Amino acid sequence: MAAELFFQTIAELGALLDSRKLSSAELTRAVIARTKAVDGRVHAFNSFDEAGALASAAASDARRAAGQARGPLDGIPVGLKDVIAAAGQPLTASSKILANYVSPYDATVTARLKGAGAVVWGRLNCDEFAMGSSTENSAFGPASNPWDLARVPGGSSGGSAAAVAGGELIAALGSDTGGSIRQPAALCGVVGLKPTYGLVSRYGLVAFASSLDQIGPLARTVEDAALVLGAIAGHDPLDSTSFQADIPDYHAGLKQKKGPWRIGIPKEYFGTGLDPAVGAAVEAAIAFYRSQGCEIKEVSLPHTQYCLDTYYIIATAEASSNLARFDGIRYGHRASGAKDVVDLYFQSRAEGFGPEVKRRIILGTYVLSSGYYDAYYLRAQKVRTLIRQDFLSAYREVDALLTPTSPTPAFKLGEKFDPLALYLCDIYTIGVNLAGLPALSLPCGFTPAGLPIGLQLIGQPFRESELLAMAHTYEQAHDWHRRHPAL
Amino acid sequence: MSSARDLDIDHVAKLARLALTPEEKAKFSQQLGEVLSHIEQLGKVDVSGIEPTAHAFPVVNVWADDVARPGLPVEAALQNAPAQRHHMIAVPKVVE
Repeated sequence: MAAELFFQTIAELGALLDSRKLSSAELTRAVIARTKAVDGRVHAFNSFDEAGALASAAASDARRAAGQARGPLDGIPVGLKDVIAAAGQPLTASSKILANYVSPYDATVTARLKGAGAVVWGRLNCDEFAMGSSTENSAFGPASNPWDLARVPGGSSGGSAAAVAGGELIAALGSDTGGSIRQPAALCGVVGLKPTYGLVSRYGLVAFASSLDQIGPLARTVEDAALVLGAIAGHDPLDSTSFQADIPDYHAGLKQKKGPWRIGIPKEYFGTGLDPAVGAAVEAAIAFYRSQGCEIKEVSLPHTQYCLDTYYIIATAEASSNLARFDGIRYGHRASGAKDVVDLYFQSRAEGFGPEVKRRIILGTYVLSSGYYDAYYLRAQKVRTLIRQDFLSAYREVDALLTPTSPTPAFKLGEKFDPLALYLCDIYTIGVNLAGLPALSLPCGFTPAGLPIGLQLIGQPFRESELLAMAHTYEQAHDWHRRHPAL
Repeated sequence: MSSARDLDIDHVAKLARLALTPEEKAKFSQQLGEVLSHIEQLGKVDVSGIEPTAHAFPVVNVWADDVARPGLPVEAALQNAPAQRHHMIAVPKVVE
């Protein structure tokens, strides 16, 4: 029996839409009904625009009827992490300071999804300003993991991952600064891709750490992730860090690019703290690739132990600078009763930001402050160079790297209060952002308790095609992605 | 490398234009002290002769053509302003 409509893939739904067995309006109504039925428990959404979605769906059906369908995303309901602008829609970054903000324009990725005909409707819960690994830092309450509502969906793009896993959307966009697409994808049992830095425009993304942030897709399958990436990738004059690269047909690449690949296993990523069930599932994935004729080779990324510290210096420094714009003057929350304009800054920020954001602003301001800049920030940027060189050296011997995405499966809501313990959730994902590389998480098994496990594949700069093909090869031989949570 | 004990939370909060309660100051000092202690291991890395990385893929001299493009109408640009008058953002008085 085919899965429920809301659990099908873009590729499957596209075939139904093209053969007129299904309309976008029917599909969109099914997704809306599903969201209304389950989101009171999952809390993946911060807001949605039902009327707008149904209007977009009707427009899509009219295009298809006129023989003018725009491609595989036309008529497919997708959502945006609530840090990506969509004109006329709220944009909160899951923060009180932006609780009443409405975007005056579309982010480039939003405009491109709309241009591809996608029904862009829901805005997805996340950690405040994308700072966190559990979505518990949302000012509007945490999201839950659809596989076990007492557990976190991961973060910061936890709402995006939970909505895709729970059938509330067909695909979503997230943003990834230190693992914020891949870690929730792993914890919710979906595919999450962080593209190479510069492949996807950041115009219209709320800035957290500008040298690390990248937008990417969360989807049910590698094929769907390839379809969404194809729609959003490419140079944008509105983002001066966006790269002038030729964009291949990622979907066609899934079949054209064939192994066997040389796959590196970084020994530093299999140390203490790795959950045994996660370790076993990843070992089984290694065995699969070996059985496909891939050469498996142990490699070393010797500066791995410094990734976390380097990341928390660079990311908080950039965040403290980026978040200086929230001062109660031009937009966002303004405190009442301030005695002068400087007091207005202090009070508006105190009232608007949550605890994790304040902690990171303080840390970032400190590492940039006079007398400490060289010891912390400059030193971290130099260690970043070494971390990047580690990866580039490894790529002289191998085509890609294979690791767990997260050391553990989803943990319980409220279980990790200590900031340092939460920061350790990202140890396998952070190096990729520091080095600017593309990486993807895909489902590779379940724990005995039924929680999803994610496999991370790390590719070479701007070679997403190979990365997607490698992941597709695994996915074709397994059916983890066919399992859905009972909600 | 500096000691984590050097974190003067009042001074840093002032630099960050962020009012903190006494409870927040005590909690953040303790939590950030732990994070900074962890970070101190970076002092062990030999970075002599290593260039800093600001962006993973250095993109330099990105030029834009000097041509006028349509921008946001004033109403749209000001729609999120907390207070406005006569197409301008209103703020508390800054000069006596």
